[in-house]
Amino acid sequence: MATITPLTAPNAERVSQDKEAAIAALESLLAIRFFEEAVDGLFARGMMHGTMHLSIGQEAVATGVCAALRKTDFITSTHRGHSHCIAKGADLTRMMAELLAKQTGYCRGRGGSMHIADVETGNLGANGIVAGGIPIAAGAALSQKLQGKDNVVVSFFGDGATNEGAFHEALNLAAVWDLPVVFVCENNKYGMSFSTAKSMKVEKISDRAAAYGMPGVTVDGNDVDAVYAVAQEAVDRARSGGGPTLIECLTYRHKGHSKSDKNLYRTKEEIDFWKTKDPVGIFETKLVDQGVLTQEEVDQVTDKIRGEIRNAIQEASAAPDSDPAELLSSVFREVN
Amino acid sequence: MSERIITYGEAVREAIGQAMEADPSVFMLGEDIGVYGGAFGVSGDLVHRFGEDRVRDTPISELGIVGAAVGAALTGMKPIVEIQFSDFTAQAMDQIVNQAAKIHFMLGGELAVPMVLRAPLGSGTGAAAQHSQSLEAWFAHVPGLKVVMPSSPYEAKGLLLAALDDPNPVIVLEHKLLYKTSGHVPEEAYRSEIGKSKVVREGKDLTVVATGVMVSRTLEAATQLAAEGIELTVIDPRSLTPLDMDPINASVAQTGRLMLVQEAPKHVGYMAEIAARVSEGPAIYSLTEPVKRLAGLDVPIPYAPQLEKSVVPQLPDIVAAAKDVMRGV
Ligand SMILES: Cc1ncc(C[n+]2csc(CCOP(=O)(O)OP(=O)(O)O)c2C)c(N)n1
Ligand SMILES: [Mg+2]
Repeated sequence: MATITPLTAPNAERVSQDKEAAIAALESLLAIRFFEEAVDGLFARGMMHGTMHLSIGQEAVATGVCAALRKTDFITSTHRGHSHCIAKGADLTRMMAELLAKQTGYCRGRGGSMHIADVETGNLGANGIVAGGIPIAAGAALSQKLQGKDNVVVSFFGDGATNEGAFHEALNLAAVWDLPVVFVCENNKYGMSFSTAKSMKVEKISDRAAAYGMPGVTVDGNDVDAVYAVAQEAVDRARSGGGPTLIECLTYRHKGHSKSDKNLYRTKEEIDFWKTKDPVGIFETKLVDQGVLTQEEVDQVTDKIRGEIRNAIQEASAAPDSDPAELLSSVFREVN
Repeated sequence: MSERIITYGEAVREAIGQAMEADPSVFMLGEDIGVYGGAFGVSGDLVHRFGEDRVRDTPISELGIVGAAVGAALTGMKPIVEIQFSDFTAQAMDQIVNQAAKIHFMLGGELAVPMVLRAPLGSGTGAAAQHSQSLEAWFAHVPGLKVVMPSSPYEAKGLLLAALDDPNPVIVLEHKLLYKTSGHVPEEAYRSEIGKSKVVREGKDLTVVATGVMVSRTLEAATQLAAEGIELTVIDPRSLTPLDMDPINASVAQTGRLMLVQEAPKHVGYMAEIAARVSEGPAIYSLTEPVKRLAGLDVPIPYAPQLEKSVVPQLPDIVAAAKDVMRGV
């Protein structure tokens, strides 16, 4: 087991104004960053199988949004889902075990990076299908409403997903049924190689909300405080029966789309520019500058999280490999 | 006491009503299932009995509503999605095939998708190529989906209630031509076991396996053939996934002859699976004649009534084919 402090809503307007919430947010940012750097390294050394999509550079989105959520709230996630999974509170060891194809992984080695779900924390699953989780989120929200529960559902997806029919159908359903769901688009400027400039005529993805009669807002996705503020408002509205919101978070992925990316569609200058807007560095600097944490405290948190990631790798590596003998189990749930 | 006779459509509605009464997590969603009562009249008055929340009219949005059903099923509800024509499942295939079918296995077995998707299939209504297909093999080919095809009012109710008890996604393919047909249906809630083939007629000469509307058509053929001294065993698999081969193999061992009847096009159709399974086991040694497959032509369903009828097996085709098998041609 390797976990971080659960994200909490700050007792203040901003996450960075509340020490406890700020530490949790910093832990989340760093856990996502170090987890992904670690798996990137394992991959480079041939110790990890398949492919994966890293959200390095986008950590503030999942962190800011999940700070506005309760444990009983649900999320749906994407192929680029490590950040959502970690921010919602997953066990880093079980995540790592899944990526290392272990029996103890979240999916017993059947899902891998692209399919992790975590029942405990309300993560209904990453998804290998672009936009696949968006209608599911609407359905989970309908389910909360029908059951009279006040849980909220957040659906994470990319800019590319907003060109899929599933996005449009799900937003329309959520709007006409006033569902307690928040649609969070991580606009990292590209769907694989194809830029938003080429893939859509609207200037802002949040403009698409108007077509469904719901509020749409664009926010700096590299700023935890800014993301938290709009997420909190949207989550409150959803929870109190005010219906869905579309949030567009402007961000950028530092790494390639997946393991096959040669970065032929973007310039080094662009990548370097966005690295100067690194969400982790920005948040750390802000906390120290505002005197919420000392540099020493930041370093302590950093060491702690590095230790958790090391634990996760060690524990996961020691676990048994996923077992072909039980392959035919769980195609169906047993009928009782 | 006389038998209680209702239609196939009424039997489906009765099953839904009983399930909704017994279990508050059961709800329905689909296009025009509210005051309109459903494109084939199946939901009828359910909206007046259970309200618009539980008999939920949706926008024309197949992918969205199947996805919503998946999400609801993942989080404690038991949705019944109605797709107006099974052809339109093509719009929702991602949610059916990549999501509902995979989630339990792919995510390690902790989550499940107890969803029922009902859709009318089949030709015979003059609605032509995009409203008349029999796509059961699509679904049966995907691990993680259960597929049932009720062939009578009795099975329409029994299989639907069984599907609602099942913690997995179940595709219920109802036949349009059967909706108005009548038969004995007990009033109480009962279940037809999913994964158990049913022998609907016993005869010593020829084993016929048929699905959907072909079951009743084959039974009619059997009556005609009996007058000529040919006795058919007719088996309705009821569920295509999982498939119960036992009664089929046992019957083939006795009759030595096997005919397979489906409405869907022959090429890579579901009945090829049954033929293959018979050929993989000892029952093949009992066969005294080659297996006969009687199926739809490999063409889209046409509009003109005479064309439409020519595409799928009709009563005289079944009678003639059975005689061919008996004569060894
Ligand atoms: C339906 C579907 N089409 C295409 C793909 C291949 N693919 C995987 S991720 C991706 C890009 C998605 O872009 P976006 O939604 O912006 O998310 P990002 O990768 O930028 O996080 C593509 C084309 C897929 N997995 N699913
Ligand atoms: Mg993108």
